[in-house]
Amino acid sequence: MASRDQHGIHPPFADADGKRRFGVIGKPLRKVDGIAKATGQAVYADDIQLPGMLHAKTLRSPHAHARIVRIDTSRAEALPGVHAVITGRSMPIPYGVIPWTPDENALAVDRVRFIGDEVAAVAAVDEDTANAALELIDVEYELLAVYLDPVEALENCTDAIHPNPKRPERGNLSKRVELDFGDVADGFERADVIVEDDYTFHGTTHTAIEPHCAVATYSPDKLLTLWSATQITHYVHRALARVLELPAHSIRVIQPCLGGAFGGKSDPFSLEFCVAKLAMITGRPVKMLWTREEVFYAHRGRHPMRLHYKTGATKDGKVTAVDAKILIDGGAYSSFGLVTTYYSGQLLTGPYDFPAYHYDSTRVFTNKPPCGPKRGHGSVQPRFAFEVQLDEVAEALAMDPIELRRANWQGEHTKTVNGQRITSNGFMQCLAEVERASRWKERRGKLPFGRGLGVAGSMYISGTNYPIYPNDMPQAGIQLKVDRSGLVMAFTGGNDIGQGSNTVVRTIVCEELGLEPDMVRVVAADTDLCPVDLGAYSSRVTFMVGNATIDAARKLRHQIAGAVAAEWEIDPGRIFMGSGQVFDLEDRAKCISSMEAFQIAEARCDTLGSTGAYNTPTLGGDYRGGTIGASPAYSFTAHAVEVQVDVETGRITVDNCWIAHDCGRALNPMLVAGQMEGSAYMGLAEAVLEHHDVNRFGLHAGPSLLDYRIPTSVDTPELHALIVESLDPEGPYGAKEAGEGPLHPSIPAISNAVFDAVGIRLRHLPFTPGKVLAALRERRAAETAVGSAKESV
Amino acid sequence: MRVLNLTVNGDATEVAAPAHWTLLEVLRYRMGLTGSKQGCDKGDCGACTVLIDGEPQLSCLTVAALAEGHEITTIEGLLPAHLRAGGEGPDPVQEAFDRCGALQCGFCQPGMILSARALLSENPAPTRDEIKAALSGNLCRCTGYTQIYQAVELALAEATGAEPASPSWAPGENPWAKTPEGNARPAVGAAGLTEGTGVAPSGGDSRTNGKAH
Repeated sequence: MASRDQHGIHPPFADADGKRRFGVIGKPLRKVDGIAKATGQAVYADDIQLPGMLHAKTLRSPHAHARIVRIDTSRAEALPGVHAVITGRSMPIPYGVIPWTPDENALAVDRVRFIGDEVAAVAAVDEDTANAALELIDVEYELLAVYLDPVEALENCTDAIHPNPKRPERGNLSKRVELDFGDVADGFERADVIVEDDYTFHGTTHTAIEPHCAVATYSPDKLLTLWSATQITHYVHRALARVLELPAHSIRVIQPCLGGAFGGKSDPFSLEFCVAKLAMITGRPVKMLWTREEVFYAHRGRHPMRLHYKTGATKDGKVTAVDAKILIDGGAYSSFGLVTTYYSGQLLTGPYDFPAYHYDSTRVFTNKPPCGPKRGHGSVQPRFAFEVQLDEVAEALAMDPIELRRANWQGEHTKTVNGQRITSNGFMQCLAEVERASRWKERRGKLPFGRGLGVAGSMYISGTNYPIYPNDMPQAGIQLKVDRSGLVMAFTGGNDIGQGSNTVVRTIVCEELGLEPDMVRVVAADTDLCPVDLGAYSSRVTFMVGNATIDAARKLRHQIAGAVAAEWEIDPGRIFMGSGQVFDLEDRAKCISSMEAFQIAEARCDTLGSTGAYNTPTLGGDYRGGTIGASPAYSFTAHAVEVQVDVETGRITVDNCWIAHDCGRALNPMLVAGQMEGSAYMGLAEAVLEHHDVNRFGLHAGPSLLDYRIPTSVDTPELHALIVESLDPEGPYGAKEAGEGPLHPSIPAISNAVFDAVGIRLRHLPFTPGKVLAALRERRAAETAVGSAKESV
Repeated sequence: MRVLNLTVNGDATEVAAPAHWTLLEVLRYRMGLTGSKQGCDKGDCGACTVLIDGEPQLSCLTVAALAEGHEITTIEGLLPAHLRAGGEGPDPVQEAFDRCGALQCGFCQPGMILSARALLSENPAPTRDEIKAALSGNLCRCTGYTQIYQAVELALAEATGAEPASPSWAPGENPWAKTPEGNARPAVGAAGLTEGTGVAPSGGDSRTNGKAH
């Protein structure tokens, strides 16, 4: 690891008394863009209006699986107001966010794979004309066998969704990963209790309130500019260059203010290529805004999984072995599926230590909207199954579920069974926090019938050392520019998707250079202006961009402090920078503003600026796939949830959720709490309300925000964010992620709370009233059977 | 095409638009008032909420012609109205949303803030349950609503002089507690997000509101 990648957990400066104190780190500062958003001034993709702009719409497949025999666009092209019509033949080069699985096209070339797959696009003077033109495109389809069930797709494949002439035996297999760690057979041999069961995780989707939107212009000097609601500018840039066959230097990609993403804006999407191509063809700016219905087709949401888990434990609760078999329903394309398949197994090996682990995960293509990364990518589903199973182990051993989890804690500065390095680990404190706040000891198992408490834990990555496409360049880069006015501009490729990453950058620059927040502005996610950052995914931004920012700011500080010290003829160690001032620690009378200090430094050192970067250390197990999920630091979470179960209606009401999350250090506790509460809310909703599904023809069951039920304010329980700080040795000032980890325990904690409330185990999501009532009936029947058996004895 | 006479944020305006256009379309694509957002186009999400004669209404379900003769307030109207009324800076509700971290992606918040504004104008002392009910037509996907409630309650506390409750993430010092000088206000910086896009004006402001440290 290069020294530039590690900066310690302490404040940068010692004050006159030799003590180090943070200036702005740890304070609930406002966000860089809060007031712009509150007043309606923030500019999102669809707010961009360019002179002469055309509007584009997409023709989508009405069939779940079909070959395109013929497309005739002539009638559409003849409609007045239509400027261009494109089809798959206009951009035949395939792409995929993972370079090893380029199986998508901007528009279908010869085959459609789900209802809603993109077939053609039209640019016209307005949306109404573009929609009318779509009706005039004639497409002849030859229908193919439709696969909606992953088992069926795997076992009875006649028309492979992605035919592979070299390896036809793969059929509809997308990816399979089987890995074995430790001696699993021995582990089960040593176990006093073994629990084995099936679990189901259903499909859910992101539902960012902003629909996808992209705008492109193509200038006569051959510069293509794309504004897009993306969370990964850099991969969009690379994909555009590939598909449009343009040199990357002639493309500029800009992410405007983004209206939520949660993983749903991670892939390059059809509309980005279409507006670019249409702008090149027409010579006019082109915008495409997807309807909410189209966003549901674009999906890339949580993969449905069928999970089989077997866990062995000794009588004192120590887990001895875990065996998992997972079937993953991938939908129509690969997307991030290779990573999903690994994550479904790789990310289970904390916060608990177990000596033996085997998993076998299979991802299958089906003719449904493609799945991808949703908040807690690939690991929320296995976490649900495993945390419910741990509760069943606790039940079998008559142990308190929190005590069982304590007994298995892996500790700090250790290695997992699959070779992942664990640094800081605040999980025990997370458990203690939810135990205290929920009044667990007084209430768990003692509440009236119908009310219950449940607990669950989890672990998540703060980025990984797997950079999607192999390269030796930094994963995060940043540039700082100093102005004579006293302003510092930070240029970061990081994508602020609402989580506040630009605020993190500003706060760190302020901390390092001793500036007030309004003396730093941030320009982000513009490929012409900003150094590359790999984007907002895998919870990597605070950790990686944060470290890169410290790196750049410390270089600048060194320059400025050195120049002022030379001017004052003192040792640079005596220079203190804070609150917009620079002074001599030994002679407070020597005090100038940062602006004056910048001017002294510019006079002595020439134009001021610096760059910073971050790369992960070498991490991961020494086996194929061992770097996937290998993170420089893991976050840890525990939830306690309080539910009410109405035994008449089967309805579960979640009243309270206590969220304790180890984020390393809260650089801004208000923003960290917002991530924790938002994560928990999203997980709770997946458990009891949301279901992304198709009907028996493959048609989406309800592509609207009325049918797909995300919680309103009155559906959302009281959320209690409890921040735990373990101070990670490699995070920026000790920080780790907070945006995804706190989602994981919500779902199993509800199942476990329902068990405490009414004695039923919910293993199959979503927890609908029907499932609750059926389980209650089953339980009563079992009790009656036991009762009559006793009587007959 | 139809010529509409609309009163938006206090100004009487004449604007031509297709007869079937909604108020949201006219505001966004004819008048450039893009603060009102389109999240679903079907009246499900509330991101397009505007005030019509002070009442929160879904502009995506309101045919523009039906808004003639009524007072329309969009999110862009709050700050100027507050200034006109002799206030400083944004409306206290906008200010409270920013102070409480209620603006993550911010896409739902123009609608949410207008619903909150309407509530506080009508009910000077709503309970937490009344706040929840009043905001239940505005979906937020980022926050889990908690920081939104805190923002509304902070705006309320500011108006009544009461002490705002401390959030769960600040077990020690209440970040919103009153201080002898007034409010302990976290500093605010200018927006940088939209710079460099070649399109957008830079939003936000650069007030520091005293020191946070």
